[in-house]
Amino acid sequence: MYPIDRPEFLPLGDSAVVVRLGQEIEPASQRSVRQFMRALEADSVPGLIECVPAFTSVTVFYNALDTSYENLVHHLQRVHQQSVEEISEAPKVVEVPVCYGGAYGPDLAFVAEHNGLSESEVIRIHASAPYLVYMIGFAPGFPYLGGVPPTIATPRRKSPRLSIPPGSVGIAGTQTGVYPISTPGGWQLIGRTPLSLFQPQHNPPTLLNSGDLVQFLPISKAQYERWEVHTPS
Amino acid sequence: MGGAHTVMIRVIRSGLLTSLQDLGRLGYQKYGVIVSGAMDDYAHRVANLLVGNPVEEATLEMTLLGPTLEFQVDALISICGGDLQPRVNGRHVPQWASLMLKKGSILEFASARVGCRAYLAVCGGYDVSAVMGSKSTYLRANIGGFQGRALQDGDYLVCNPTRQRSCVQAAPESISTGWGACDNISHPWSVGWRARTGVAPSAMIRVLPGPEYEAFTELSRTRLFSEAFQVSVQSDRMGYRLVGPVMEYQGHREMISEGVTVGTVQVPSDGNPILLMSDRQTMGGYPRIAQVATVDIATLAQVKPGDAIRFTEVSLLDAQELLRQRARLLRYLAAAIACRDKEGGWTYAPDRFEL
Repeated sequence: MYPIDRPEFLPLGDSAVVVRLGQEIEPASQRSVRQFMRALEADSVPGLIECVPAFTSVTVFYNALDTSYENLVHHLQRVHQQSVEEISEAPKVVEVPVCYGGAYGPDLAFVAEHNGLSESEVIRIHASAPYLVYMIGFAPGFPYLGGVPPTIATPRRKSPRLSIPPGSVGIAGTQTGVYPISTPGGWQLIGRTPLSLFQPQHNPPTLLNSGDLVQFLPISKAQYERWEVHTPS
Repeated sequence: MGGAHTVMIRVIRSGLLTSLQDLGRLGYQKYGVIVSGAMDDYAHRVANLLVGNPVEEATLEMTLLGPTLEFQVDALISICGGDLQPRVNGRHVPQWASLMLKKGSILEFASARVGCRAYLAVCGGYDVSAVMGSKSTYLRANIGGFQGRALQDGDYLVCNPTRQRSCVQAAPESISTGWGACDNISHPWSVGWRARTGVAPSAMIRVLPGPEYEAFTELSRTRLFSEAFQVSVQSDRMGYRLVGPVMEYQGHREMISEGVTVGTVQVPSDGNPILLMSDRQTMGGYPRIAQVATVDIATLAQVKPGDAIRFTEVSLLDAQELLRQRARLLRYLAAAIACRDKEGGWTYAPDRFEL
């Protein structure tokens, strides 16, 4: 594990800096990222525009007219020092109800067959343990979830679908995720959630955040349909 | 002049890709929400200055083939950027200048003669809701701008009528006492050629080394700075695909996804660089060989598919100094415009001089 008392600072052009806090995609790196993000958001760094967490790093965007690179890095080093001394909060667990299979999960049968399992075994395994949200990216509210059991890992579809309905839960290799908006994609779709992962008018605009834990909950088709009716869009 | 919800601009023809953009949606990248914004943020800023708007106000970004618009009220506007050949009721009008249009005027753009994108600012700004603090259009997610999309034939754009009215009222009497045979009048001055974007036929782009620069072969790094790259037709607001010498990455392992920004030059496994622009995604998993100096993004925004660009290296300190110089230029322009405004002197004749 990369020593967390020595973050690496890399300029990304003249208006951003990458702060690298780890070397592997693993929960320890995510913890470092989450701690640093929390400390940054609590502090007020001169010239800072926004911070974006990734698997092992945080990219800090700044206004080059308001601060120099050197001053910014010194300030970030100080913030990091303080963040290491903080006690980290327990992550928030978010329950995500999923109606697996049928029309909502057209690839569930393929995933089962590919792994020599029954469909209900795939569902049980997928929903068994919570997944860590490493980061949000690729699309608004799209979570990069780590921790998919290799027993249900399945490669991407040979030909991606042109349009995937929002809320679709998919598997691609050892990754799993939920599509928040309608996009093309090559993931194996195993179910759908009635929850909205991205709502631009809300604050914050996403259901999930970097550092949360996601717990999938199997629900029936009837429950799914009742959910959609009761939840205002 | 009309009530609080006066419809002001009718879109007769929408043009190739016409959308509302401002200085970008900042603060939401950690939610996967991209920045978007005007590709040529310099032309966007100057267009706003020329009509007395704050630089943060939205403008209409017009790409390669511009729209045809009917103004249903008198309007103070400006057009900055590449030359999309604007005409009012068939007659050429000056760009990079303040322009007053009479109610009923038809403003028609054609194809880009030089440059690629132009920006239409209206005094008072466009009356659309901000989403997450910005009026920029996030086209792929249908968020922001005009109904979350590019303009279509038959759309109606509303501007801020109260502010518009006061702009027109503040203009000299010669305007309100009758336009005579003329449909539009302008100040006799415009922004000087050397302070414009979208005028150069070719582009030399200043870059800093990217985080993975050292992990590319020496030959690749030499060729990056000695040879030209062509911007392929598979280029858009998300990024420009470059065709030229292949960049060979020697890194040992697959890169873990990290942040990218506007101007990041990333290299997928085929070795053809992709230069990220305003609608880039928030994360990238490809090695980053170079990073364009922010001051040159506006220049890039005026490069068309098929054009060639070259890269030259610049240091971080120099790149930031260039940003300070540009900020000084914009302050000077704002002051000069305010000064000339006070002097008045709107003219019917093309009796022009430059700031």
